[in-house]
Amino acid sequence: MLIDWFTVGAQVINFLVLVWLLKRFLYRPILDAIDAREQRIAAELADADAKRAEAKQERETFQHKNQAFDAQRAALLAQATDAAKTERARLLDEARHAADALRAKRQEALRQEAEQLNQALLSRTQREVFAIARKTLTDLAGVSLEERLVAVFIERLEAMNGEARDVFGQALETTTEPVRVRSALALPVAQREAIQAALNRRFDAEVSVRFESGPDLIGGIDLSANGQRIGWNLADYLKSLEQGVDELLRTKDQPGAASKPAASGLDDPTP
Amino acid sequence: MRLSPDEIIFWQYGFLKLNATIVFTWALMLVLVVGAFLVTRKLSRDLSRSRWQNLLEILVTGIEKQIAEVGLREARSYLGFLGTLFLFVAAASLATIIPGYEPPTGSLSTTTALALCVLVAVPFFGIADQGLGGYLKSYMEPTFMMLPFNIISEVSRTLALAVRLFGNMMSGAMIIAILLTITPFFFPILMTALGLLTGLVQAYIFSILAAVYIAAATQTRTPKAAPKP
Repeated sequence: MLIDWFTVGAQVINFLVLVWLLKRFLYRPILDAIDAREQRIAAELADADAKRAEAKQERETFQHKNQAFDAQRAALLAQATDAAKTERARLLDEARHAADALRAKRQEALRQEAEQLNQALLSRTQREVFAIARKTLTDLAGVSLEERLVAVFIERLEAMNGEARDVFGQALETTTEPVRVRSALALPVAQREAIQAALNRRFDAEVSVRFESGPDLIGGIDLSANGQRIGWNLADYLKSLEQGVDELLRTKDQPGAASKPAASGLDDPTP
Repeated sequence: MRLSPDEIIFWQYGFLKLNATIVFTWALMLVLVVGAFLVTRKLSRDLSRSRWQNLLEILVTGIEKQIAEVGLREARSYLGFLGTLFLFVAAASLATIIPGYEPPTGSLSTTTALALCVLVAVPFFGIADQGLGGYLKSYMEPTFMMLPFNIISEVSRTLALAVRLFGNMMSGAMIIAILLTITPFFFPILMTALGLLTGLVQAYIFSILAAVYIAAATQTRTPKAAPKP
């Protein structure tokens, strides 16, 4: 008989004991170790995933911040540039205004100086001309200036041409007022009579004359009736002299006044 | 001629006796358990581990994978039974390279004991999975007329398990013994190598068939095609 039933029973028991022992010493510890390792690997992978996600998120956040920063910087730069431009324009305007004001002031000062010089020159010339004329006349003729002036006035009256004489004659006829004869100094009686006689002779009538004296004439005689005027006096000469001097100064002023501000360098500032 | 290590009796007291089958079984059990204990005593749960631990992990996970491939859903709950079947039969075969060793699986008593364990384990796991009614009902599938055939099948496959393993192991030992007398030195070595191969194949077949029977008892709803030996 090949089957020994005692051995069968013993082997069944042996096998069951082996099952229990191997479960206890082999399968359970090995499986536990594998499970623990798998859990650990899974945890590490999950951790790595989480860290990767976190890193990605942080990178995105950083990129956003960087972009915002760039944009802000550009905006600030543009703002600063604009402000600088505005400030530059303002400063240039200010400088230009200041330069303009300075130039105007200088021109005004120059003009006043020229005027003062003109005035001084004028009065000096008046005085000199008067003195020279008086001295010359006195020296040469041996008669008073007034006598010579009256003589010249009468000569002119005589030399008056037809048209002027007619106009004046009409003026004398239409007026009731006496003819006004003005001189720088009060005329002596002889001269007054000579003028009266010359007028009567020239206009063939008894002309009523009123003699006046005015220092503004400087020298000479001035005759006026009903808006018409005949005269010869030094004030007229001096006035024409004054005009000549004025013109001379003005022509001298203008190129100088124009060139001076240009020389200051403020007219065309370049940054 | 001696057919079974049962016949080598070291000690006997009436019914009780201590034959070579039991003694070699104990020796195998000792080697397996002590080896497993020595390795698993200092298991590493880190990523780096010892070579022995690696070997045992490959072994255990390989068996688990095989069980799962047969179609058992909770492979781990069957690992103790099926894995021990495989390891014991395989170790019994591999140890044949030791001179003087008689494989306990070359005894019909041992293979019968293992087949009886399978015979009991199939309804045990079936009832645990489907309940008593569900399991008994599976004997009447597809119709109640199949009940006697199912019962015959249950008994005959147990007998087949026992005799198949016994025949293979016994024949291997016997061929070597015969060859030793005819052509010593060379052919016995060749046949021993062949015997190692057939022993491992038999271990695989035995445990896979047990797994298929258990799967058939527990997985009647979605049976999976099982490899036939």
